[in-house]
Amino acid sequence: MKAIWTIAKRELGAYFSSPVAYVFIVIFLLLAGFFTFLVGRFFERGIADLAPFFVWHPWLYLFLVPAVGMRLWSEELRLGTLELLLTMPITPWQAILGKFLASWLFLLLALFLTFPLVLTVAYLGHPDFGAIFAGYAGSALLAGGFLAITCLTSSLTRNQVISFVLSVVICLFLILSGWPPVTDMVINWAPAWLVDALASVGVMTHFDAFQRGVIDSRDLLFFLSLMVFFLFTTSVVLRAHRA
Amino acid sequence: MITVEKLTKSFGPKLAVDHLTFSVAKGEVLGFLGPNGAGKSTSMRLITGYLPPSDGKISVCGFDVSEKSLEARRKVGYLPENAPIYSDMSVLGFLGFCAELRGLFGPAKKQAINRVVELCMLQRVLHQSVDTLSKGYRHRTCLAQAIVHDPEVLILDEPTDGLDPNQKHEVRSLIKRMGQEKAIIFSTHILEEVEAACTRALIIDQGKIVANGTPDELKARAPLAGTLVVGIRNLSWAKLQPQLKPLTNLERAELLSEEGSGVMARLHPKGAKGALLPELFDLAHRYNWSVEHLNVDEGRLDDVFRSITLPDTKKIE
Repeated sequence: MKAIWTIAKRELGAYFSSPVAYVFIVIFLLLAGFFTFLVGRFFERGIADLAPFFVWHPWLYLFLVPAVGMRLWSEELRLGTLELLLTMPITPWQAILGKFLASWLFLLLALFLTFPLVLTVAYLGHPDFGAIFAGYAGSALLAGGFLAITCLTSSLTRNQVISFVLSVVICLFLILSGWPPVTDMVINWAPAWLVDALASVGVMTHFDAFQRGVIDSRDLLFFLSLMVFFLFTTSVVLRAHRA
Repeated sequence: MITVEKLTKSFGPKLAVDHLTFSVAKGEVLGFLGPNGAGKSTSMRLITGYLPPSDGKISVCGFDVSEKSLEARRKVGYLPENAPIYSDMSVLGFLGFCAELRGLFGPAKKQAINRVVELCMLQRVLHQSVDTLSKGYRHRTCLAQAIVHDPEVLILDEPTDGLDPNQKHEVRSLIKRMGQEKAIIFSTHILEEVEAACTRALIIDQGKIVANGTPDELKARAPLAGTLVVGIRNLSWAKLQPQLKPLTNLERAELLSEEGSGVMARLHPKGAKGALLPELFDLAHRYNWSVEHLNVDEGRLDDVFRSITLPDTKKIE
């Protein structure tokens, strides 16, 4: 446990030792604000909730999460520090979890800094705080799911750009595969099981439930298994690097 | 402390390490020699548990590296090739990070860091970012990381690479000093380093051990080891040759140079080591040579290295 924290601390330090972390947070907040107020028409709707805020999160995370996570393992591979890290008396899982948790904490910090929006709706009306909490929980889980994917792609290559692009492609696939226009497209020719499978790996259906204020154990399980699956695959890839 | 038995590692069809068997005891400093690509780094990665072996057994302080990996790794300090280091940290931060991963916290951590900072002479760059360090300091920072937990076993992959002569000397004497109570393996290309710091040397080529012994034993295997080089004034080669006849322990004499009034010759001994020299003294006395140069060739490690690791066609004589 201590080793996980030591590694997470180092990763967080790496984020904040360069201006990139601050730039990232500012961009995240600006984009979130832009989509919520200008595209989502927050004020014109006249409803005191955060739906126009959360609805954009998958699209924001599509680019921002890979940007945060792309260096996690790529940098270790590039610098050769992987050899140093993995010959320390720690298990690969401690290293994987430490790095994952650090990046996740960083994303959660960025998400937390959107709290003025909550204060705004609370000032303007009587929002459903349960729904807001569920929305935040869903958003955090979505960020974690995408981050696990980026962990995997960054363990595949020493090149951060390749890691970023691969991760965006996989995340985009997961966003689109549950989206009605896409499922409609394949529904006519694909067998029913494939359509179902496609729809069930899509993150949108699961994320939508959270936005509506519903925390369903199945959705929770979906995001958790997404993280476990991709982190497990990361450990397999890391082992393959050493064989 | 380190036992390696029939260690084998193949990458696809390529055999990188081929049935290596050796051991290193406490108080020994083992020098790992070999041409580039001979399997030195791979062997070290296997011993530190970074790479899983294809076959064979490695144990460190009694712990099998494959089965009791964590326990074995706790006992080992490792300086990987090229001294990799996190570029976004300060020297102090990096050493702190490594100390914590080694399970050192609080006062123990502070004490350990102070100790290695002093040993590796890092006081001046303690708060500097690793990114801005010179190659020598980078190497020493990574070396400090390897000894921060005062391990019983040290594996150092080219620890003096990129250091200036003074730093090389410092690191060498540090290794020698630490070698008295640890088991150390270090690889190098610099043969004088082996003589300076090692108690034993291992030459490997194409994944196999081709020589194993103390530096002196290895040097004795040099083609010219044990030969005498003698320089005599006011004598010609033609005159010297018949005078050498009575030497019973001489195999052959070889002219090195003949210029002006003097001659320089190499005498290859036959039979017992050191028997030729007294004979030669007698001869010098008898003919009243004015000897201006006499040298017993101890053999040079790089001759041994070359004669062992070069393909037969390119061997020096």
